Amino acid sequence: MTFSISLTVNGVRRDVELDNPRVTLLDLLRERLQLTGTKKGCDRGQCGACTVLVDGRRINSCLALALSHDGADIRTIEGVAEGGHLHPVQEAFIAHDALQCGFCTPGQIMSAIGLIQEGQTDGDPERVREGMSGNLCRCSAYAGITEAVLDAQKKLAEAGGTDAGRRDAA
Amino acid sequence: MTSEISLSTVPAHTRHGSNIGQPLTRRDGVLKVTGAATYAADNHPEGMLFAVMATSSIARGRVVALDVDAAKAHPGVVDVMTPAHKPELAMDPDAKTNPFMFRLDLLQNDLVRYAHQPIAVVVARSLEAATEGAALLAPRYEEEPARVGLDADESFEPAAIGIGSPARIERGDVEAALARAEHRLEATYETPAQYHNAMEPHAIVAAWDGDTLSIDTPSQGLAMAQGRLAGLFGIAPENIHIRSPFLGGGFGSKGLVSGPQVLGIMAAKLVGRPVKLVLRRDQMYGPVGHRPPTRQTLRLGFDGEGKLSALHHHAKTVSSTFDDFFEPAADISHTLYAAPAILTSHEAVRADIGTPLFMRAPGEATGSIALEGAIDEAAFACGMDPLAFRLKNYAEVEPISGKPFSSKALRECYRQGAERFGWSRRTIEPRKMRDENGYLVGWGMGTATFPALMFQAEARAVLRRDGSGVMETGAHDMGQGAWTALAQIAADALGLDLDRTEFRAGTSDLPDAGIAGGSAHTATAGMAIHNAGADVVAKLAALATGDERSPLFGAGNAGVVAREGRLHRRDDESRSEGYGDILARAGLAQIEGKGSAAPDPSVQETYAMHAHGAVFAEVKVDPDLGQVRATRLVGAFAAGRVINPRMVRSQFYGGMIWGISFALHEHAVMDRRSGRILNADLAEYHIPVNADVPSLDALMIEEHDPHVNALGIKGVGEIGITGSAGAVANAVWHATGVRVRHFPIGLDDLLVPAAA
Ligand code: FES
Ligand code: FES
Repeated sequence: MTFSISLTVNGVRRDVELDNPRVTLLDLLRERLQLTGTKKGCDRGQCGACTVLVDGRRINSCLALALSHDGADIRTIEGVAEGGHLHPVQEAFIAHDALQCGFCTPGQIMSAIGLIQEGQTDGDPERVREGMSGNLCRCSAYAGITEAVLDAQKKLAEAGGTDAGRRDAA
Repeated sequence: MTSEISLSTVPAHTRHGSNIGQPLTRRDGVLKVTGAATYAADNHPEGMLFAVMATSSIARGRVVALDVDAAKAHPGVVDVMTPAHKPELAMDPDAKTNPFMFRLDLLQNDLVRYAHQPIAVVVARSLEAATEGAALLAPRYEEEPARVGLDADESFEPAAIGIGSPARIERGDVEAALARAEHRLEATYETPAQYHNAMEPHAIVAAWDGDTLSIDTPSQGLAMAQGRLAGLFGIAPENIHIRSPFLGGGFGSKGLVSGPQVLGIMAAKLVGRPVKLVLRRDQMYGPVGHRPPTRQTLRLGFDGEGKLSALHHHAKTVSSTFDDFFEPAADISHTLYAAPAILTSHEAVRADIGTPLFMRAPGEATGSIALEGAIDEAAFACGMDPLAFRLKNYAEVEPISGKPFSSKALRECYRQGAERFGWSRRTIEPRKMRDENGYLVGWGMGTATFPALMFQAEARAVLRRDGSGVMETGAHDMGQGAWTALAQIAADALGLDLDRTEFRAGTSDLPDAGIAGGSAHTATAGMAIHNAGADVVAKLAALATGDERSPLFGAGNAGVVAREGRLHRRDDESRSEGYGDILARAGLAQIEGKGSAAPDPSVQETYAMHAHGAVFAEVKVDPDLGQVRATRLVGAFAAGRVINPRMVRSQFYGGMIWGISFALHEHAVMDRRSGRILNADLAEYHIPVNADVPSLDALMIEEHDPHVNALGIKGVGEIGITGSAGAVANAVWHATGVRVRHFPIGLDDLLVPAAA
């Protein structure tokens, strides 16, 4: 038996036939839609490497069944830069060397975008650290990650509003 | 250093130009922040199948039954690889022909020698089907009692520790010196088993084409991996092409090819299709190495003024029942403190575990936390400040060998680190400092050290008529920044701007860059690059200076300087010529050079070569709950020439956080009855999260070392964990007055009143 779902991934509508109801959203993205930017570090909600935005909220995609996201709007790391321009969070990650091996980085960036949209940190480094603590980094780039989130948050606020999701290509 | 060039015939040129030392951002940064960097498991060749391993749930015994029929009957399952059904290998996986070759579990029989050992591989058309098929195997076992931990069995003295080091080394007469000492201190420290847990699980995508093998897999040692696989599969190394452009962390666990990676290749052979095999997180707690537990006894003799007279560092450790890796934990005591009599000794037991292996600062990390703790205890026994005690015993020459140091800016590390931290305001007595919220505050310190190693490597350089250049070496970037730092060295070696320099690395068809380990990769691959650049520039210079149509004609012994794509006469910089013009006149499209790097035995004979550092830590402890938080760390490190300060700082931070983790967070908990690890996942095996690491500072102390290599590079990847772990543990004692001698320190250790 197959199951049909359709979802929007990075603004593109995808109609998917699933041969198995157990396919997670993460494995759907990685193995069936060839969107491998999202990473699998544990497959059980313990590391945050698979963080994506679903309807604007950050979730661990390894814990989500694809089937239960019929109709959802998904944003992955591949859909963050627009028109050849990096998102301010991406730029800040490079500037603050908030990555080493880079494996946790897509998850960190999606989580950071989600966190900034949640608007709960008030520019307080302690709250950023807390809010980013669902994303493990074994290389331990945490100092840079915290700096990058604070920096990007500030830039986004200056640019008007907390709509961290997009940056005009202009 | 550049043996290929003779100065009398070839003009010298100047390097260390405008790229080395610049804090450039990562050249692979954009790929990594956009999800475009391709890690092994991101590959998806046409027709690829998915392989999932079944691993043992017992630690010792035999697999007596696997329900292969049930797995095979499952929709989507293509085949099940078992000891009875697998491709033949050209070499026994239990054979060992050199010390860097470790025995692998490749389904050679039905024996189980540790928990999470691979026992079968299911190949299917989807990941889900393979996973379900593996679950259907429902293995039955004949189980034997597992031998567990440091007291598993009778101990013995290993023939060698680490890679070929003697288990026991003595200088002076430690027993006599201890007998005579005014004060004696004996302390036993225990460190737990730890697992690398790189965020990227080991993964492989393997495809055979006849006798040719193409693989994507993370590797810290491409040439060694190629050689190992060639031996196992009985094919020529050059028939194996490995791509490893990005590793999602390694920390030593991807230094040697692991069993599961080979199983992926075997599975591809079995089914005749490309196969992807990715480890589940729990499967990384067994077949891919780990840091073994240790029990270390330190015996110190010293006088009332804090001068050490004797130091005995004894370490007991664990290896597997079927292979030899012995953590060289006591050897840290060879280099740091100037005791006239030093003895380091090791003993080991065998247990039913996967073979331990190199994990970030193998030996140094475990040894450092114990040694720094004992030194802290001795300082307090003398009523001395721990920094004053360390300075009192400062080693002017390497204590174990008597050799001078090639360079050692440790005093400066102590001074600048202490000043930045505010160390002089520390109380000698513990449990005397509080913050405004009533938390106990403790300050501790530790000395950091790591040997400055060099391995062998090669590189190839090309200068092209269009004024650009290429540098090739099969280097590995596991996050340390090789794509950037080595490219900086390459640009300077070629006398080109970075954006005119194409740097190729990360595949096995390039010249052998050695292994990314021992904190030696930048020095090793960097020197090969440096020499390849010197070679090609020398060839270019020979073309120009021997040609009377060149403004450089006759520069001869005065030499030329290579800079920004031009050669300049050293004695008259206004006379210069562009690379492209020189090549064009010679009718050449490009010119090639080669370089190699290797340790210099005469330098090794003469000097002790180490990086050093000092780490100062603050912790805060809840007096009612015993909860500890490392609130502030300052490290000051002297590690020779810094190629890229931005990336070096990240390495220091990473190491320091591993130090915090060693002292306060991570350990594998072994079930004594079953021999299984109880916390083989990232929820229960704790590593620091962002909130665990509030404030870090890493100072880079100037150090010029003319001996380690021509570039003066020591290495920064591992030193950060040494010193830091001890500093945090000592700070916990200073906060609470409770000396905890096993790690990680938990709140249960601190809920007793201060020891009388
Ligand atoms: S892979 Fe989803 S949380 Fe680790
Ligand atoms: S950058 Fe390597 S795990 Fe975070």
